[in-house]
Amino acid sequence: MIVFWLLALALVASAVFVITAKKPVYSVVGLLANFVALAIMYLTLSAEFLAVIQIIVYSGAILILFVFVIALLSSGVAPFTLGPDRLPVAAAGGTIAAVLALALVVFGIAQRPPQITPIAGGAPPGPVGAAGAFGSVADFGNALFTTNLLPFEITALILMVAVIGVILLAGDSGPSIRQRLLRGRREPIVKDPDFEAAVRRGERPAERTP
Amino acid sequence: MNGAHLLAVPLADYIGLSTVLLFIGVAGVVVRRNPLIMLMSIELMWNAANLAFLAFARAWLNNAGHIFAFLVITVAAAEAAIGLAIVVVVFHRAKFVDVDDVTLMKG
Repeated sequence: MIVFWLLALALVASAVFVITAKKPVYSVVGLLANFVALAIMYLTLSAEFLAVIQIIVYSGAILILFVFVIALLSSGVAPFTLGPDRLPVAAAGGTIAAVLALALVVFGIAQRPPQITPIAGGAPPGPVGAAGAFGSVADFGNALFTTNLLPFEITALILMVAVIGVILLAGDSGPSIRQRLLRGRREPIVKDPDFEAAVRRGERPAERTP
Repeated sequence: MNGAHLLAVPLADYIGLSTVLLFIGVAGVVVRRNPLIMLMSIELMWNAANLAFLAFARAWLNNAGHIFAFLVITVAAAEAAIGLAIVVVVFHRAKFVDVDDVTLMKG
């Protein structure tokens, strides 16, 4: 009970920090706290395998990817966001919608629907780490590799499509990979001193067409 | 059914927390114009959905929610990879990453 509310507080606070932080790196730190708190929350829901996956995949892989991209983009000259802020126009409507959504959430929680009775027949819940308990690695693996084998294989397909898509997107923008390999070297990066000087002055020069 | 089968906290609280996290993510996507923070807000929304899945799975003692959460994590990883690749490509093309300026696919 106490654990739930402490974790809920940590989750909401870190999530708000993620979307209000000035710099993306701070957002990454907030997101890390959010993911860790969520993993602990998964443990309280006796989903131990998902808790471990949460740490490994999100905190380990996705956040590192974010940090790498931030490091990659911040090494250039351009700041992240510029230009006029068009937000105030939408602020009133957004505020009304947010208040309504919050009222709906509070109303829904206040309704106190009856406690759901579990379906009999599944693995019984037990302490985290207990063999054969609900949500244990064995229980999860049994469900994943027997009744849900097809979704698991579709998952593999999705990941492969993502990998190919990322290679196509980020891997090449000039001559084809094959030509580059045949030539045996990369094209040098063309710097545009005029453009960078204009950016440093705070102007927004038009996009260059290569 | 003994008490061990029931949740320590009412299910509605988990769903309420999940909803709040989801709307924080929505607010992040709508308000921020930094594409990296928008992507992180989308991750927040995925996680909110996962929390709802796992809370329902625990309430019903049914594994299906765990499987769904696993699939969601996979798709979130793929989405993050592709989204960040798009950010990198756009940044290299236009030198600015302001999502309002990215109108290549505008109809």
